[in-house]
Amino acid sequence: METHPQPSATEPTTNVATPDPVLAVEDLTMYYATRAGDVRAVDGISFAVQRGESVGLVGESGCGKSSIAMALLKLLPENARLIRGKILLNGADLAPLSDDEMRPHRWNHIAMVFQAAMNALNPVYRVGDQIIEALDAHIRSTPEISMERVRELFDLVSLDPSFIPRYPHEYSGGMKQRAGIAMALACEPDLLIADEPTTALDVIVQDRILKELRKVQEALNMSLIYISHDMAVIAEVSHAVGVMYAGRIVEWGETVDVFHRPIHPYTQTLMSAFPSVTGPKHKLGMLTGEPPNLLTPPPGCRFHPRCPYATDVCRSEEPPTVRSGSHWADCWHPLDGH
Amino acid sequence: MATAAPASAVGTKPLVTVEDLRKRFPVSTGLFERSHSFVHAVDGVSFDLARGESFGLVGESGCGKTTTGRLLVRLAEPSDGRVLFDESGAAPTDITHLAGADLKAFRRRAQMIFQDPYESLNPRRTIFDTVAEPLKVQNACGPHECLERVSRMLEMVGLTPPEAYLFRYPHELSGGQRQRAAIARALVIEPIFVVADEPTSMLDVSIRTGVMQLMQSLADRLGISYLYITHDLAVARYMCSRIAVMYLGKIVEMGDTEAVLQQPKHPYTQALLSAVPIPDPTVTRAPVRIAGGVSTPVDPLPRCRFYDRCPIADDFCRDNDHPPLEDKGSGQLAACYKA
Repeated sequence: METHPQPSATEPTTNVATPDPVLAVEDLTMYYATRAGDVRAVDGISFAVQRGESVGLVGESGCGKSSIAMALLKLLPENARLIRGKILLNGADLAPLSDDEMRPHRWNHIAMVFQAAMNALNPVYRVGDQIIEALDAHIRSTPEISMERVRELFDLVSLDPSFIPRYPHEYSGGMKQRAGIAMALACEPDLLIADEPTTALDVIVQDRILKELRKVQEALNMSLIYISHDMAVIAEVSHAVGVMYAGRIVEWGETVDVFHRPIHPYTQTLMSAFPSVTGPKHKLGMLTGEPPNLLTPPPGCRFHPRCPYATDVCRSEEPPTVRSGSHWADCWHPLDGH
Repeated sequence: MATAAPASAVGTKPLVTVEDLRKRFPVSTGLFERSHSFVHAVDGVSFDLARGESFGLVGESGCGKTTTGRLLVRLAEPSDGRVLFDESGAAPTDITHLAGADLKAFRRRAQMIFQDPYESLNPRRTIFDTVAEPLKVQNACGPHECLERVSRMLEMVGLTPPEAYLFRYPHELSGGQRQRAAIARALVIEPIFVVADEPTSMLDVSIRTGVMQLMQSLADRLGISYLYITHDLAVARYMCSRIAVMYLGKIVEMGDTEAVLQQPKHPYTQALLSAVPIPDPTVTRAPVRIAGGVSTPVDPLPRCRFYDRCPIADDFCRDNDHPPLEDKGSGQLAACYKA
């Protein structure tokens, strides 16, 4: 138990001066029921997001990163079950809430931008009307005030206000994604979850969307969870990053630490597998085999079947957590100095 | 990863010569009206592809790179221009308007690998049926030899042992395994020219490197030349000795990959490169210098296609035709009056 206040000099340097978690996820566990058994998509995940902080979740297909997003909003498919864990949003646990009880939190406190923005917009309604509908469902206001708010939102994401009365098919891919962000920001949520919001877009459009997201995040002091498979995008948007593998966060830390001094062999491989357009051409890393089937995850460390450093202990025992300040990873053979 | 050999070292006569290639699609204006507008998807593209070379076509969606690839293997017919294919190095064949038996014979030499291994494999057919189909269509061999060649091909693409994959269906395979099966299908007929359209963009990064290495080693072993189509400049850097950057149906810059990526001359290439995120949180990219959004090349005005978005365009660019591809030094060509 800590009895003395820590002198500020020993505080870890973070982008957030004082801890003020908007979101604290504790031991979140979610399974999908299938005919073959339970798929352990999210398996004992804990992390926190501070006010105004941007957190990246990175991993490959099937690692559970999108399932976490859906679990946080409790937008779960019918076969999904929250097994245990807490979702503390501003201190209140969302985990036990029913759908009706959840409704006031969605959009108002926690909102989401999806990968397929083109599918998130209803093609037969004007975009402006869709945002007004979202506003009216959550905030009592007059049509004039709602329209004024839509204008503000379009301005915030740099969309031409002449597009307010237009239909989604008149928008380009990048504009639809901006409209998706505008809609998510309609009620000024404390936390925005962006699930691969730029994956379907070309790099020049992606560059603009990322700039826009950073700008509104700072302007609104909003917290952001940015989910992506792309390490480079995560490096640009996130203060902290969690690396996911097979339903678990295997490494967590400030983005600079994780990128420059990875602890987990998976993180190291993931980074070396990314070709770069600048700097010397490095040898591209790769993994053999496939990610595990989460019906029957491997015993011990879940990464052991593909890990170049795996030994007997990795095959039988759950890995310990290795810490260096706020940076940690679960691994029997942590890397150092890499 | 092995770097591709320089173009000059792999033969003197080009395998494929593309001359002023064009493809126009009519824009539909109404049910019974004749269309008077055209999308100029490929608009006067010329380049050579050397024997054993891997040549990259890069650009954003809608720039015409996939259409160009389809024209080169004659999955579409050009509106104008020529494609010459010269296998022997002595007698180029004009494949631009091949038909019937000649086209079928050409297909034995030129194949295409598609982007999405979830859609390019028939879900109701076994891996054997899918990979063997080109052999059957071409009457290339009897059933016994067919099985042998398919097995050997599966082994080559790393689906080993082949018996474990022959009679499985696509849904039983992972994304990486499916793309390997798709590669096996394209290569089983032993083509010497392959158009690979974003073959790794649907794959996870840790799987992707393996498929990239596989494609390179197969090119070396089987003497294949690739036209490698990608939106990802970093992937092109690892896969291609030379690249061409396309914008609205035109090649705007072309040259040795490292030269183009390290010292881009065309303002569009510069913008495209500066927009690529860098996987290092301590590096801040320079601002991307480009205006507006991509337009479609419907009846384009007779001036530089990049004029509307260019940060350095002036009145000369506005008043003159689209600039020709010219040597700008350090082994690269660019289509720009100001570069």
